[in-house]
Amino acid sequence: MDLQTLTYLVVGVTFAIYIGIAIWARAGSTQEFYVAGGGVSPLANGMATAADWMSAASFISMAGLISFMGYDGSVYLMGWTGGYVLLALCLAPYLRKFGKFTVPDFIGDRYYSQTARTVAVICAILISFTYVAGQMRGVGVVFSRFLEVDITTGVIIGMAVVFFYAVLGGMKGITYTQVAQYCVLIFAYMVPAIFISIMITGHVFPQTGLGATLLDGSGMHLLQRLDGLSAELGFAAYTEGTKSTADIFAITAALMVGTAGLPHVIVRFFTVPRVKDARISAGWALIFISILYTTAPAIGAFARYNMIDTINGPDAQGTLIAEAPTWIKNWEKTGLIKHEDKNGDGRMFYSGDERNEMTIDRDIMVLANPEIAQLPDWVIALVAAGGIAAALSTAAGLLLVISTSISHDLLKRNLMPNITDKQELLAARGAAAVAIVIAGYLGINPPGFVAEVVAFAFGLAAASFFPAIILGIFYKKMNKEGAIAGMLAGIIFTVGYILYFKGIFITPFAENKPENWLFGISPEGIGTVGMLVNFVVAYAVSKFTKEVPQDVQDIVEQIRFPKGAGEAQSH
Amino acid sequence: MAFQSNELAKAYWRENVSLMLKLLAVWFTVSFAAGILFVDQLNMVQFFGFKLGFWFAQQGSIYTFVLLIFIYVIKMNALDRKYDVHED
Repeated sequence: MDLQTLTYLVVGVTFAIYIGIAIWARAGSTQEFYVAGGGVSPLANGMATAADWMSAASFISMAGLISFMGYDGSVYLMGWTGGYVLLALCLAPYLRKFGKFTVPDFIGDRYYSQTARTVAVICAILISFTYVAGQMRGVGVVFSRFLEVDITTGVIIGMAVVFFYAVLGGMKGITYTQVAQYCVLIFAYMVPAIFISIMITGHVFPQTGLGATLLDGSGMHLLQRLDGLSAELGFAAYTEGTKSTADIFAITAALMVGTAGLPHVIVRFFTVPRVKDARISAGWALIFISILYTTAPAIGAFARYNMIDTINGPDAQGTLIAEAPTWIKNWEKTGLIKHEDKNGDGRMFYSGDERNEMTIDRDIMVLANPEIAQLPDWVIALVAAGGIAAALSTAAGLLLVISTSISHDLLKRNLMPNITDKQELLAARGAAAVAIVIAGYLGINPPGFVAEVVAFAFGLAAASFFPAIILGIFYKKMNKEGAIAGMLAGIIFTVGYILYFKGIFITPFAENKPENWLFGISPEGIGTVGMLVNFVVAYAVSKFTKEVPQDVQDIVEQIRFPKGAGEAQSH
Repeated sequence: MAFQSNELAKAYWRENVSLMLKLLAVWFTVSFAAGILFVDQLNMVQFFGFKLGFWFAQQGSIYTFVLLIFIYVIKMNALDRKYDVHED
């Protein structure tokens, strides 16, 4: 069987599984649609959260990013895992005890204000759309690369599958499909990683392989060799990086806090029956996420070593183009790797200075891995299915947040409080359908700034939701005036700073370079400052405005201990 | 009210917050301190083929995060029972 047939087969089988699960787990009430009936086991919830969280970017791009950034790539590793500690310790148990469906639900009720609810709804929708466009694009890219259909067809197939299980099954359908998707994606990620680790270092676990000695007879450690190669070739030392300490600190903090404030992650903790289940499912989620996140830096380092070794050859003189391995030729066709023989010696050469002749896309590090390691075709097919699983699972979770925000937060809790459960469910399904179509459109016609706006999503979550929720739980005296002022100040500051340097709809006001940044913090890390602005403004304003009503203070007392947590309620 | 008295409610909350702050101190130490602020100093130390600071930034911090959550779960479940505010 040739590779393409095999890939169609593997991807087709996984799709059949997802759709089968969706039919089995379709939702009959808003409670099932929004929070899967509140009866998901913590282990399943942990797995679903992991799949929800790990997007096409985690699966396809992260290892490649680290491969090129070396130490600087640590911001993603720490940032996208450390947020779960904040979730488990500071947010999840209390929000579960509070027992509503959505983040705007909490903000609106805790701050006894429709204005606060509306600000939260707008943030939730903005964050989720930003994110989901990238996921749809990811689906299209994987389809076009492995199945050789064009990106538009790929996105439409992806939309159809998500449409089916998100609209039909709601949170319940999504949760159980995500469990299956996690299994597919982690298997697809680990198999090539383990093989390459054995090939290069003899270690079964990529995590220890990263620190091991090379099998090439040099007796050198992998990381030592990479540092040496970097110095010879004019790159920054692999284990040191180039970003300033302040910037690394700020980006890591923004990603951590942003993670803890992302609505599609938070809502997962509403799906379990008890407060103690919410605590432990954050633990399970992080274990499942860590398997991929501790492997990614190893893949990054292995791939970089392999890449330099293959292109420059063992004697570092460059490999003859005629003798290049087939995977380089294969991926040249996709444009992910390009060679231009500048000095006309018929050899390829890769370096960080003027000798360089190669253009290498970071995504190739994971996608070409199985070919570099000369693994059988079924592993390549599996990587395609894994990439699609990662993109679909995240897209579905985000679409659900969008549909819930519209049908529940906007219609039921704001504009049309008298609609029945059945009408609300219909509205939720309609909103999900419309959201999928818009997301698909954005995937096919990506606005030029998809990659740029990721900083937005995290920055917004860090500067808006996180402080409002933390203060809502830990500071009883925080009133609606303070919370609203804080959220608005945080958002305006963060969005303003990003627009100032990146100019997404407008021309940037200043060049995006370290000399121009505030405290040396890049737009990616500015969410951290936005969060501090939010905290300070909220506290100051609350000191000068009316005190919190007694009944709201009582609610805060109630969420601080587990006893009496029922199912998630709509009222 | 689930607590026998206001004092007990306050004591429970105090213990909860103090546990949380202790664990967050470790969280900060392994990531921001060891992996970022003092990474150059720790990189002088070799650790199983890694520079120690680099290991914390790309491996050690993540393992510690997992541990922290499980310690929190165990301790909080015990605390809930001590004050009789656990779920059935």
